[in-house]
Formats: sequence, C-alpha cells, structure tokens
Amino acid sequence: MPIKQLTVFLENKLGRLAEVARILKNENINLQGFSTTEARDYGILRIVVSDPDKAREALKKAGFTTHIADVICVGVEDKPGELLQILDTLTEKKINIDYIYVIAGTRVVLSVPDIEEAEKILGEKGLRICF
Amino acid sequence: MDLEFWDSNIELINREKLDLLQLDRLKKTLINVYENVPFYKKRLDECGVNPYKFSNFDELEKIPFTTKEDLRINYPFNMFARPLNQIVRIHSSSGTTGNPTVVAYTKSDIDVWGDIIARQLFSLGLRSGDAVQNSYGYGLFTGGLGLHYGIEALGAIAIPVSGGNTERQIKIMQDFKPAAICCTPSYALYIAEVGKEMGIDFNNLQLKVGVFGAEPWTDQIRMEIEQRLNIDAYDIYGLSEVMGPGVACECTFKNGLHIAEDHFIPEIIDPSTLKRVERGKIGELVFTTITKEGMPVIRYRTKDLTNLNYDTCQCGRTHARMAKTIGRSDDMLIIRGVNVFPSQIEEVLMKVKEIEPHYLIVVDKRNYLDYIEVWIEVSEDIFSEKMNALEAFESSIEHKLYSAIGINIGVKLKEPKTIKRSEGKAKRVVDMRKGEKP
Repeated sequence: MPIKQLTVFLENKLGRLAEVARILKNENINLQGFSTTEARDYGILRIVVSDPDKAREALKKAGFTTHIADVICVGVEDKPGELLQILDTLTEKKINIDYIYVIAGTRVVLSVPDIEEAEKILGEKGLRICF
Repeated sequence: MDLEFWDSNIELINREKLDLLQLDRLKKTLINVYENVPFYKKRLDECGVNPYKFSNFDELEKIPFTTKEDLRINYPFNMFARPLNQIVRIHSSSGTTGNPTVVAYTKSDIDVWGDIIARQLFSLGLRSGDAVQNSYGYGLFTGGLGLHYGIEALGAIAIPVSGGNTERQIKIMQDFKPAAICCTPSYALYIAEVGKEMGIDFNNLQLKVGVFGAEPWTDQIRMEIEQRLNIDAYDIYGLSEVMGPGVACECTFKNGLHIAEDHFIPEIIDPSTLKRVERGKIGELVFTTITKEGMPVIRYRTKDLTNLNYDTCQCGRTHARMAKTIGRSDDMLIIRGVNVFPSQIEEVLMKVKEIEPHYLIVVDKRNYLDYIEVWIEVSEDIFSEKMNALEAFESSIEHKLYSAIGINIGVKLKEPKTIKRSEGKAKRVVDMRKGEKP
C-alpha cells in the first residue's frame, strides 16, 4: 500500500524551508524525511510526515500551496547493494523512476507512473513495502 | 424588456440637436475661460480664436491642448474660472510626480455631476430604495464623493463605507443588503477573495450590480468579477481634471461606455502627430468640458487610449460610446523597442483559468537589455509533486504571451498571497528601470 507524500511549493527565499519546519514542529508533526528539487526561482519540497492531512491543513493555513500524492516506500537495510536491488527489479520491468529519496528508518521513497504495479513487482521480489 | 430613461430628452437626442447643444455650450465655455482664466485668454489670443465669434467645431481644432503640466504650472488656483466665493468644493490628485493638480466645482458643477451619475446608475437598473455600497476612497480623490452625490441624486441610499477594512465591507454587504457596489475592479476581486476565505456565498447576497472604475480592466477581469461576486460588472470612466467618475459609463449592454456628451466633447487624436484620427480609430482621448463653471478644461489630454463609436446603442442612447480603455499612453511599456500594454498581458493571463487574477508585471534591465517578466501565484490547481508539470505550465504561459504579444515575457511563480492586494488603484506594473521596487 502506498504512503502519502506531501509536496510544498517554496519560493527560493531565505527562511522559507525553516518556516515549514517550524509549522510542523509547532503542530507536533514528525518529519520523517524530505527531498528538494530546485528550479531558478523556486523549489518543491517533498516530505513524509507522521500526519500528512494535519500537516497539509497547517501549511495551507499559513499560505503555502500544497499537494498530496501517493508514493512507494520500501524498507531497506544499511548495507551494500540494497538500492541496486530495487533499481534492478524495476529496470528489468522497464519501469522508470520519476524521483527517489531516502527517509528515516532506512526506507526509500520513490515515485513511478503506475504505483500499484510497481509495488506488486517489488513485493514479489521479496522487498519490504512499508506503510 | 422595456428600457426606462432618467432623462430621455438628453439620452435619446438626435445628433443634429446634440451638435447644436454642444456648439452653444462650447461657445459659452470659451467665453467663460477667455474672460476669467488668464492662461486660456493668452492661449486663445495666440491661436487666433475669438470666442465671441466661435461658430463651428473645426475651429476647436485650432486651440492647443491642455495638459496635466499646464494644470501643475497653474497650481493651485490659477485655472479657476470663478471667484472663490462661488467655489464649493476642491479635489486634488496625489501629486506623486510633482505638484498635484487641483480642480474646483461650483454648486452647479456639483449638481450636474450628481445628475450625470444618477442617470448612469439609473441606466444600470438602480432605483430609489436600492442601497449602494460606495467603496471608493472618500477624500481628495474624486471617486468617493463623486459617486456619493450621484447615488443621492438618484434618490438611492448611499452607504459611504469608503475603501479598506474588507471584512467590514462584507459584513455590510450581508447586513444592509446593497443592490450595488462601487469600487476599483481590483478591490472587487480582493473583496471576493476575502469573502471566500470567510466562507461567504455571494449567491446568497442581494448584490446585483458593480460599478467599477479608476483603473483600466479587461473583459476577462470582468468575467472573473461577475462569476466570483455573482453580479453584473460595469465600467465607469472619469478623471478629476474633466470632472471625476461619470464622464462615461456603460449601459446594461456592456458594449462601450456612453460619454455624457451633453457635458463633454470627446476627440481622439494621434498622440505622436497630435492630429485628430479617422472616426473609429484608436488614439488618445481628449475632452473639452462644456458645462463646467468652476474649472472648465479645453481639449484636455487624458493620455487614455480608446476609440469612439457614434452608432446608436442597442439601448437607444445616442451619445458616443468609448471602448474600454486599452491603457494609458504613459502606461505603455517599451521593451527592446516593442510597445507593450499591460492590458495585453492581462488578457492572455486571464484566459488561463488556473491563474488567479492577481499578477505583477516586472520590467528591468539584464545585461543592458530590457527584460520583462510576469509574476503569478501558484494555486493548488497548478501545483503537483512533479517539477516538470510546473515547468511545463510556466513555458505554456510564456508561449501564449509570446504568440499574443511577440516578445519573450518570462513567467515567475510565486507563493500564494505574496503579490500585494489593492484596496484602491492596483499597481500591476513595476518598472525597475525607473528605480521602482516590487
């Protein structure tokens, strides 16, 4: 089962990321992991949190534009070859990854066009899908 | 629907009768300024126009234009055509770029102004018993008091709330149930936005008419306002130097603004050659007041660009209609030699339904070249977790702007509510080449 990832639009301005972190802290929401992608003047922040709906509400209230999307979360161990196992499994089935990052608890978060299909394939290969 | 008229003798007058009326009033005005305003006496003597022998409109073209600069030079009271004991009101511009311009009204001028606006509000379906929320700023600016006296002259109920304090505006809308609101179009959008946040359903209010002016706005913005506030939105035009709001106003057909030709003679000139353009062509609007006593102006250059339509309107009114202004000749941006009007950009943006009607045009120099970009806010309709979707959105807008205007205009995405909302005249353009800051 996929997990919910929260995405936030951020202008490339001093203190905007800190503002997001502050809002989450004040709401007592745990930030489990994040990644950023930047264009010239703005970036998007993808986060995995303990309560995505509550986090979204709080961020919206503070004026941020947000989006919630499903992503796959795979549990891995902290040892050589773990990432490669995921990548090989998907490459073999010609599944291209849109983006991928690591979150706390040695878990890998990734987005692909067909999440259900990819989860099935990874599961069949014995990989641990987290939710 | 049977149309009713406030003053059918004047509103439906035929062109020959109107010409005679205008000529008679113009002559009296020229005599008034010749006898009472040294500036105009000198002007008329120099161009060889004798007001006592004035007999046809062609002679008007011999008289030089009056400009804002002329009014500034004659600051504060030298353009008045009546002694101060006959002046009952003064209005003034803000004077951000030099001496302010001052305008004056006699008791009769105030009455005429009120009557003109009453007739326009009447044409939009407002009647006595209707309350009108007047959210134009009250003060030296002509918008507030101009509309106020018009509402009272109509016999309707004026709610003189003035601008600002938007939550109170919305409370008044709910409690006093006005049939109409008057303000700038950008403030109308802001009221809609705040109302939405407060959870107000504008469909449940009595509001049916909006009378919006004091800044140029496109038909796309009209549609946005009409949908968001669930009203009919009409354009009212005016400038303090000529009178104030009410120089022209749309009727319910929304097909051009009827100029109150019984009080103002319009001309359209080419701003570079200063000659009159062919009938129907776009150019700069010039006004001569023909009933004002306190401070008449002769051939005043408005800097507003529009064209005139002399065909009788579907509503039956015969007064010439001016198109919605496409901008001011001094709002025109010159970007790498190309003339660009902010209204052209607005038109493109507002056709994209995901874009909020709050935007900012920023002009600057980069590596010695003019650079123009437009800032828009990222709403949830645009945003997803995919960076390439945002980039594709940006480039699709850039492409649309390029096809419509012919120059590259960058798009910059901003966080919501970061573009300043306006409670009066919106500032849509920041020209950093002139030292302005966003």
